[in-house]
Amino acid sequence: MAVLVNKRSKIIVQGFTGTEGTFHASQMIEYGTNVVGGVTPGKGGSTHLDKPVFNTVADAVKETGADVSIIFVPPAFAADAIMEASDAGVELVVCITEGIPTQDMVKVKNYLQGTTTRLIGPNCPGVITAGEAKVGIMPGFIFKPGRIGIVSKSGTLTYEAADQTVKAGLGISTAIGIGGDPIIGTPTVEAVKLLMDDPETDGIIMIGEIGGSMEADAAKWIKDNLRKPVVGFIAGQTAPPGRRMGHAGAIIGGADDTAEAKMKIMAECGIHVVASPADIGKTMAAALKK
Amino acid sequence: MNLHEYQAKELLKKYNVPVQEGIAVDTVMAAEEAYRQIKTQTNNNFAVVKAQIHAGGRGKGKIEGSEQRGVAVGKSLEDVSTIAKNILGGTLVTIQTGPAGKKVNKVLVAQDVYYPGPNPVKEFYLSILLDRAKGQNVIMYSTEGGMDIEEVAHNTPEKIFKEWVHPSGGLQGFQARKIAFNLGLSGEALKSCVKFVTNLYNAYVGLDCGMLEINPLFKTSDEKIIAVDCKMSLDENALMRHPDLAAQRDISEEDPTEVEAGQFNLNYVKLDGNVGCMVNGAGLAMATMDMIKLSGGEPANFLDVGGTANAQTVEAGFRIIMKDPNVKAILINIFGGIVRCDRVAAGVIEAYNKLGNIQIPIIVRLQGTNAAEAKKLIDESGLKVQSAILLSEAADLVKQAVA
Repeated sequence: MAVLVNKRSKIIVQGFTGTEGTFHASQMIEYGTNVVGGVTPGKGGSTHLDKPVFNTVADAVKETGADVSIIFVPPAFAADAIMEASDAGVELVVCITEGIPTQDMVKVKNYLQGTTTRLIGPNCPGVITAGEAKVGIMPGFIFKPGRIGIVSKSGTLTYEAADQTVKAGLGISTAIGIGGDPIIGTPTVEAVKLLMDDPETDGIIMIGEIGGSMEADAAKWIKDNLRKPVVGFIAGQTAPPGRRMGHAGAIIGGADDTAEAKMKIMAECGIHVVASPADIGKTMAAALKK
Repeated sequence: MNLHEYQAKELLKKYNVPVQEGIAVDTVMAAEEAYRQIKTQTNNNFAVVKAQIHAGGRGKGKIEGSEQRGVAVGKSLEDVSTIAKNILGGTLVTIQTGPAGKKVNKVLVAQDVYYPGPNPVKEFYLSILLDRAKGQNVIMYSTEGGMDIEEVAHNTPEKIFKEWVHPSGGLQGFQARKIAFNLGLSGEALKSCVKFVTNLYNAYVGLDCGMLEINPLFKTSDEKIIAVDCKMSLDENALMRHPDLAAQRDISEEDPTEVEAGQFNLNYVKLDGNVGCMVNGAGLAMATMDMIKLSGGEPANFLDVGGTANAQTVEAGFRIIMKDPNVKAILINIFGGIVRCDRVAAGVIEAYNKLGNIQIPIIVRLQGTNAAEAKKLIDESGLKVQSAILLSEAADLVKQAVA
């Protein structure tokens, strides 16, 4: 059953009737994901993509028993949407929205503390358990079912890693896109822990970026809990300091958050670190044979 | 988005944060008038002329081709006039601007804060920023003001204090008092520091700052606490709710090609290398730059064309990359997910034909949805474009191109 989502997950879509929500919800349904409804305030009582639309997340949870929500709400309202889902008791909230103000996320992070809600993202491609549930915007067909888990800050680089993994004769259990913002719900270490504890995952690919200390924190935990091979890559080895590289969080602030520093500590903690993004798949295949 | 010192100070005043008073001007004549006003207000013949650019190290930096510093004290009207004349329109080179320097369009004529009084003056450091690991704002401060804070942190870490602010309660009075006590203040200065810190934190949150640095934070000889310099950057994601702040953006401080790319919704950062690249997704774009380096080239740019790579964005990307004369080859790396590779390939061919006369090797790597069809389209187009499907193949082609 891999981690976070599976074929029994009941998923609602916040921002269901918008352009993004509509497009990706139909892609998710096509993949076989158990989408049970959606939320658009003011459109409750109608149906969309043959699923019921609710005014509030609380209504949606009450009527459908949903335990997972995916958010396609514009940045100005996304923080509110996350807190609404948590208030309604949703266990897993996946926020795709890019561009949420940092101070809004400071509030959200604090709000979620002590609740049972886990947040993935924001500014992420979502979560996919191959062959079971796609709760995100990733192209589903790349993720052939198998026993490799992926944790990544980046969208297309996750697809790249999954594709290489499949071409190396392996497959994917669950891929978790944790997001590229400075404040995210589930940091690298927590996503790695889930996969390390998952009996259906044999190896973990961990993809990070310049900025912050999440990869170093994860590496230190992995060192003491290394029960399956971990392959790591850090994007931004050639990025100049002080410049934001696309993602809001991808900025070198000091000596500790460069790619070089992160790769060094990851290697010291027993992670198979690759310098080239072209080597992710074959390095995992080789590590599993050892 | 970065603001100038004079803009930041005006904003701070709205939050009742006391600042070194000054008037921003862009001509020598206006500088003279500003001096007269400040002289009357402060009853002091001295005034400081400060170059307004988006970079630090101004006091030690020099105007290109002269000995004029970027921050200088004028002792008279003539003095201020000469300094303003030297600085305005000149190029200021500081440790942070790099050798190219930055053109100065404005100077701030500001009060001299070292006026005599009953007590000695003192300089401190204080900044507010996000602690990413804790997900909280943190106030960082030190008794060692007016210096390079990274050096202080490295050499004497015990002189750096941190105060985290809880998101639900905000900054509490006891925290502001603790900061003032740790800075060694007492009496009037302590009271005014508590007020200063509280109001500054309100400004940081209210303006959606990414970073707010006061260096030096200054105690005057009559026990006032004021901001003598201010570095402020705003969270770009929050500008949607601050149209007045967004309007203060000074694009003359930014790379013109980066500004142009922004108009096409392309995320572009200019670098110094010889291989240009165009990629969908920020992470893959950084990874592609890394791969160019490992293949023996140097990345000329970061360019994320986003989720919808079509003929229009590809064409805009081509134009922007080719403005850089150092570019000897271009690598297009698209992982097609939702966006189909054959569509992107058609876009590349269309843009290529439209631009015509491209003299440098183009390498196109398309992977994902309909990758094989895309490769066929490129290969049969008759264009001098090399195609690849695997990332490792693309790396080899880059290697050949830069050899």
